[in-house]
Amino acid sequence: MKNKVSITVNGVERSAEVEPRMLLVHFLREQLHLTGTHVGCDTTQCGACTVRMNEQAVKSCTVFAVQADGANITTVEGLAGGEGLHPIQEAFREHHGLQCGFCTPGMMMAASQLLDRYPEPTLEQIKHQLDGNICRCTGYHSIIKAVQSAAEKIKARKQAQGAR
Amino acid sequence: MFPAQFEYHRPGSIDEALALLGEYGDDAKLLAGGHSLIPSMKLRLLEPKHLIDLGNIASLKGVRVEGDTVAVGALTTHYGVESSPEAKGALPLLCEVAGQIADPQVRNRGTMGGSLVNADPAADWPATAIALDAAFICKSDAGERKVPASEWFQGLFTTALKEGEILCGLRFEKLPERTAAIYLKLQHPASRFAVVGVSAAVTTDSAGKCVQARIGITGVGTHAARAAKTERLLEGRVLDPANIAVAAALADEGFDAGSDMHFSESDRRELCRAYVERALLRVLERTNAGQFQS
Repeated sequence: MKNKVSITVNGVERSAEVEPRMLLVHFLREQLHLTGTHVGCDTTQCGACTVRMNEQAVKSCTVFAVQADGANITTVEGLAGGEGLHPIQEAFREHHGLQCGFCTPGMMMAASQLLDRYPEPTLEQIKHQLDGNICRCTGYHSIIKAVQSAAEKIKARKQAQGAR
Repeated sequence: MFPAQFEYHRPGSIDEALALLGEYGDDAKLLAGGHSLIPSMKLRLLEPKHLIDLGNIASLKGVRVEGDTVAVGALTTHYGVESSPEAKGALPLLCEVAGQIADPQVRNRGTMGGSLVNADPAADWPATAIALDAAFICKSDAGERKVPASEWFQGLFTTALKEGEILCGLRFEKLPERTAAIYLKLQHPASRFAVVGVSAAVTTDSAGKCVQARIGITGVGTHAARAAKTERLLEGRVLDPANIAVAAALADEGFDAGSDMHFSESDRRELCRAYVERALLRVLERTNAGQFQS
């Protein structure tokens, strides 16, 4: 038995009929073919499934698609908004904030909330606000550097826009 | 794993939710933040046939200050408390606790009510609810009832919530003047649950004598409880490291601590005593620095 849902994903309204037990992460990956969001654990710990739901970073493996009916979702595919790379993506590339890349979409979506809430984050704030994302490759050092760099890039872009 | 099949209901009001609960009874579970329930369903530890999602009921959300009381709607998320200017102004301990729960993504979804109804022995809110003797507002078809925290936690994942009842809100009384408080937690590094979590609120007079001590502890027994002996030893004495050490040595008495894969019973008790001492020393620091709750 299926429920109708209508969810705005990366700016586009998507409608579908889903079983209530379908997790949001599976809806995104399998129905919408947005496979940038990853399933990394079975225990709501790893954060590889992180998306923005009504602006808030959530673990999409622990939300049913039916709960997201009417919500606004941004996945990693929607981070850049169609104009080259998002500063967060640039920073992860420049500072080697990934090795295998599996945790990276989740890390960047968590970082996007972090930088919205704390535009000039301290080291402690970066570590605390990335608590929900596990990386097995990098040891986190380069991820932290990437977030710090992204903060500066975003600040510089805002100042440049202000100056225009 | 995928959860077992269920029907999903999204009531728009408490009355609608109560009606659904009445209709489906034991076959239904209430859904709040879902960050304990959904993981259990994914592991098929729970297979409710009906989920009643309370997430769209606006009257269950929000932090309000009403005189000397801070009222928190049961469906307020941990982030909602953490970021609440009302909470920060009236009872900042609540914000301090909220910010230490799990991780940012979980805090965006998990709720105070959900945590207190689930009553995980290692959850964070129970320690503060019991330390501050919060009032639990429950609604059913029979009306509304108020349960004090001292009667709420009854055992492992067991509370005073009755069948057909919904926990709608929590009410915390503001702390007296010259009360310094802290929530100090030893986090399990993977799960972020409290191996031991100490919520301590100590009121002192201007001579540094303890007038009132309230200490709630989670993670040590099958449910959160007050460190009653420690409280009694502190009250009436000067709050100083020597008295703190003597009082903290009795912190684990009365707790039904057990052994598990993480810690033996004796290690758990030792951690309890150590963290109560550390929490009280931090409270003393905050007292001396004039960092009070109001």
